[in-house]
Amino acid sequence: MNAPATENAGQVASAAESPGWALRLSNVNKAFEGVQALKDVAFRVRLGEIHCLAGENGCGKSTLIKIVTGVYSPDPGTEIEVFGKRLASVTPASARALGISVIWQDLALFPHMTVAENIAFDESVGMLPRLYTHGASYKRADRILRRLRVDLDLNATLNSLPIAQRQIVAIARALHGHARLIFMDEPTSSLTQSETNNLLKIVKTLSEEGVSVVFVSHRLAEVIEISSRLTVLRNGRLVGVYDTADMTQTRLGHLMTGQDLVSEISARDRTDRRAVLEVEGLNRKGEFSDISLDVKSGEIVGVIGLIGAGRTELAHSLIGMTKPDSGTIRLDGRKIAPRSVRDAIAAGIAYVSEDRLTLGLIQQQSIAANIVITVLKKVLGKLGLISPKREASLVSNWIENLSIQVGHPEHAVSTLSGGNQQRVVLAKWLTTNPRLLILDSPTVGVDVGARAGIFKIARKLADEGIAILLISDEVHEVHYNSDRVLHMLNGRVVWEHDPASASLADLESRVYA
Amino acid sequence: MHSLIKGYTVELRLLAVLLLMCIGLSASSEHFLTAGNLTALLNNNAVNLIWAVGLLVVLISGGIDISFAVAASVVQYVAVYCFTALGGGNWFLGFVVCGMLGVGLGLINAYLIHSFRIISIVVTIATFNAFFGLLMFFTSGRFIYNLPRWWVDRIFIFEHQSADGTWSELNLSVAVMAACVFATWLIIARTNVGRQIYAFGDNPEGARRAGVNIAFMQAVAFGWMGLMAGIAGLMQVNIVKEVVPNALIGRELDVLAAVVLGGARLGGGKGSILGCILGVMFVAITQNGLNLLGVSPFAFQMIIGGVILVAISTSNISFGDALARGPLADRFKIWSGRR
Ligand SMILES: Nc1ncnc2c1ncn2[C@@H]1O[C@H](COP(=O)(O)OP(=O)(O)OP(=O)(O)O)[C@@H](O)[C@H]1O
Ligand SMILES: [Mg+2]
Repeated sequence: MNAPATENAGQVASAAESPGWALRLSNVNKAFEGVQALKDVAFRVRLGEIHCLAGENGCGKSTLIKIVTGVYSPDPGTEIEVFGKRLASVTPASARALGISVIWQDLALFPHMTVAENIAFDESVGMLPRLYTHGASYKRADRILRRLRVDLDLNATLNSLPIAQRQIVAIARALHGHARLIFMDEPTSSLTQSETNNLLKIVKTLSEEGVSVVFVSHRLAEVIEISSRLTVLRNGRLVGVYDTADMTQTRLGHLMTGQDLVSEISARDRTDRRAVLEVEGLNRKGEFSDISLDVKSGEIVGVIGLIGAGRTELAHSLIGMTKPDSGTIRLDGRKIAPRSVRDAIAAGIAYVSEDRLTLGLIQQQSIAANIVITVLKKVLGKLGLISPKREASLVSNWIENLSIQVGHPEHAVSTLSGGNQQRVVLAKWLTTNPRLLILDSPTVGVDVGARAGIFKIARKLADEGIAILLISDEVHEVHYNSDRVLHMLNGRVVWEHDPASASLADLESRVYA
Repeated sequence: MHSLIKGYTVELRLLAVLLLMCIGLSASSEHFLTAGNLTALLNNNAVNLIWAVGLLVVLISGGIDISFAVAASVVQYVAVYCFTALGGGNWFLGFVVCGMLGVGLGLINAYLIHSFRIISIVVTIATFNAFFGLLMFFTSGRFIYNLPRWWVDRIFIFEHQSADGTWSELNLSVAVMAACVFATWLIIARTNVGRQIYAFGDNPEGARRAGVNIAFMQAVAFGWMGLMAGIAGLMQVNIVKEVVPNALIGRELDVLAAVVLGGARLGGGKGSILGCILGVMFVAITQNGLNLLGVSPFAFQMIIGGVILVAISTSNISFGDALARGPLADRFKIWSGRR
């Protein structure tokens, strides 16, 4: 593992005779108040290569991308060279003019514009007035979507689309125009397997056409499959640059976190425990039908299925966001029919949503405010006003408990890295002391280390007697971390999988059949 | 067709209500559907619609402006002095002088908002007060009746005598209004600058990352508002033939109400010329109808207030949304987040 020094030395030597670099960064430093996001980082991308940027949540990947594209200005001393040109400073407009485009982690799309307008937006940028025609941009957007082999209504308003389709719009937007260097910040985090495969194919084609791609993902298998080289960051510092050919997931996980991470079956038999959640014959037209299941005290039940299988819809009915057509829900033996999220919280159900950016968190508010928002009653002091002392103690308690990395609890949630935002969502719901915790895709955009952390927390909570329903797209995740797994297909539970006795391959073949 | 309907729900709803109102009014008042009443409606509302399209651009960009009516008064007074200095002036000079003065006042707003990172409602409340205070101070509230002939002479672009012998005609201001509406439509719907104004209003951070020049878009939006305010000031004098310092103050809220009714979103990113026209027509016809039916003018204010509440709460903008993302919070996020 002494790669860093040798690798860097090797790069400097080979730079002179290399075929060319799309991007050369050195001495990148960036400090936010209280946080050194990047420290002396060097980063180089060859022409036409697929380069992965890997590292834990908060290690500075998105910050690095924002520096290259002029969204943040780096601290003095940073050297930036794009396609052989030294740049004194970068602005978003100059980066675009140089052929850099980005799929932002938070998408950065325009919610009230149509899909076509979003995809074609970048060609409108500039101060020189030009005529704009809807028809032309519609046609171009259509061509890109066909190249991506996806079917989207180009006239739909963006905010009417589910998050996965917005992700596709963001991808299409980055491919529009004449990009020569594309940054993809977790483009696959909310895509289905087949959509992901499609994207990976397109990325390969792009690289064959000479486009350089910088790819960020927390799905290590994907990283290793797609890239030719990878750069690993940890805590804002460069760990090293590696050829992907001799990289394994375990080694990469080790490089990213500095720890050895192993997956082992954690399933326990909880069938003799008291049931916390009992669902019988639950139906909702067009979403799910005839769902019967139970979750025992201390049990983690995984729910696996492809996107569209009705898992999230089922969760929405349990939490009172939608009303089921028929069927009963019992919590601790008592029949409940939550008509609002507030009802469900009062009954003892907590729901960590899959879409933390829009449903889970108020981005502009502080971390502390987000954590206490569901339990304001608990932090009231004298006169019924919010007591800063109680709030602070509750907040610091959860920040420590879930090891959330924050500069300060009063910073806005939007300044946190993706994985840490996910933990804030978790903290927010755990403050309600739920009997049943529904985790909907809790590891989307979360790094390997933090994933392990989240499942450790889940197991700890289960051991305290909470029942957990774990919804996920990733088969190995539910296999390794649940006591039982339910497979949903077209709105029905079609199979129950026991991780202790059946193999991962068995479940995989069913789900992807 | 389906998507066309989806994209214009607010506008279509408003159109339906308008049609119902027109049917009702023509049934209950024989004066409503006469050429005389309809042309008077257009003449009397031309100035409002000129302001409204300017305000529409500002609302789309995520801002708000309440200083434009007072700005129009300022333009009128300064223009009087300019014309005297220029030896009388003419229509061409009138448009140039009033337009430039208006743009200047609009750019003051844009400059304050952009450079000092102050949200637009605060800035325009301040300039509203400053403009009006300065105006009253320097004019001591004097009216001006002695105006150049060209400015106060009536120019008709359409005349018609009905069977019963009454005349109906359209003023020059209606033609100017049509030109302003068309030009605004061209900019917001058919140019890249319009796209960028929508984008900036919709997601300021997203627009910034895409390389949109935010200072420029801010200047275009408020500069255009100023241009419209200046032209509206010019045409208003042609209609009333006098310059009165407090003649226009207060009308900004009626115009704002009309534009919001027409589906422009407080908070930015949404709004159309069609909706804007319908909104102004709605306010105008409500007022006209109540007049014809002999209802107290105070009822008009209440009705407009009620209609705005209904319109906002039944469209897809929730109040929380309007507050959290609205003008009160608008630019603040991005400015405070700028590094
Ligand atoms: N605007 C900001 N203000 C303050 N701190 C910030 C800001 N942006 C990022 N940070 C901090 O900088 C560090 C790096 O964040 P960054 O978003 O680059 O992480 P990341 O590697 O992209 O993580 P993830 O995989 O979770 O997306 C984090 O500690 C984050 O809290
Ligand atoms: Mg990131």
